[in-house]
Amino acid sequence: MTTTEQIIDKSLIAILEQVSDPEIPVLSIMDMGVVRSAVFEDGVVKVEITPTYSGCPAMDVIGDDIKKALEEAGYKSEINLILHPAWTTDWITPRGRKALEDYGIAAPLEAETDKDVLLHGKKIVKCTNCGSQNTRLVSQFGSTACKAQFQCEDCQEPFDYFKCLK
Amino acid sequence: MKNENLYNYILGIADNSLILGQRLGELTGHGPNLETDIACTNISLDLFGQVRSYFQYASKIAGDGRSEDDIAMLRKERDYKNVLLVEQPNTNFAYTIARQFLFDAYHLVFLRELQKSSDLTLAAIANKCIKEVSYHERFSSDWVRRLGDGTEESKSKMQEAIADLWVYTDELFHQTEADKAMVAEGIGIDVIKLKEEYYNYVAGVLEESTLEVPDIKYFQKGGKQGIHTEHLGYILVELQYMQRAYPNMEW
Repeated sequence: MTTTEQIIDKSLIAILEQVSDPEIPVLSIMDMGVVRSAVFEDGVVKVEITPTYSGCPAMDVIGDDIKKALEEAGYKSEINLILHPAWTTDWITPRGRKALEDYGIAAPLEAETDKDVLLHGKKIVKCTNCGSQNTRLVSQFGSTACKAQFQCEDCQEPFDYFKCLK
Repeated sequence: MKNENLYNYILGIADNSLILGQRLGELTGHGPNLETDIACTNISLDLFGQVRSYFQYASKIAGDGRSEDDIAMLRKERDYKNVLLVEQPNTNFAYTIARQFLFDAYHLVFLRELQKSSDLTLAAIANKCIKEVSYHERFSSDWVRRLGDGTEESKSKMQEAIADLWVYTDELFHQTEADKAMVAEGIGIDVIKLKEEYYNYVAGVLEESTLEVPDIKYFQKGGKQGIHTEHLGYILVELQYMQRAYPNMEW
């Protein structure tokens, strides 16, 4: 139960990588770390996914999209939502973090620095537009539950910061 | 039902999040400004997500075909076991924040303990929820400080809201019959043990916010037994309307 390892059948990786997060389309659900296992059992692909946030409305869509992608590849599937172990931003892959930054969302910092930024207004988060650290927290909650809103004080660009979840 | 105590215990936890989530949802498009509007509704969304996990589990325990939606939407007022605090109205932004902070501070310590429950499903839900709730508490305590240590007007409004809602805090630490049975089995949390820590923490934040800790000895109670303030009926009317008007409708 407590394993944090992903168990993905090699032949399924390429298919699952095509499925993207509906709210962050540049990010594959594999790079997001929401797929915890995908294995063949009696000819059916059993997939376990875990929500980023409990109320994340994207989970239903992600489940449907996985089903569809596997169906197109000729597989029947069964999707299960699991809560344990709970998702953490550590599961976002380096490729995923880069995709976030390129898309204009600052990638999550470590837990302690995250606290300094969100509680004590420390200027650490880099602007995704110009790279300046002269940025300001606008709101602890952004366009989705997983993000906070920031603005760059140099180039004035507003951007999202993906909050650290551990 | 074989496991009635566990079922009632889960509802006792989940109903707090359900009713508070509904209250915060009322602010959709009506928050004082865009950022706080989005924050309150994001917190609402987190709470509803948590409620789904609890009710899905409760539905399994009940084992009589009632779905998570039935449990959420089709009970009568007396069957909701939330504390009175969470059903109090959004009188003004200070009240919304005071209610949120007084609940979040409790919710955090409660979930911290629930992670140790011998019931693995409840422990897993708690482990998931606490990460979200720590952000809620940061938001609400931050606003208590900003309004308390703000202008003369914001301070007086914040102080009034804290004083008015204080009478509902003691109930957080009352035990129901289901609670007692679950504590005895190692599944439930003994909330009485959390009381001192809660009030110390809350007093600390109020002090930082230059607000006074209310000196009130008389407290309101009843929600955990299903005896609610007049506000709950109105919340349920809105919450249940679609299911009552169009039974079994799906979104």
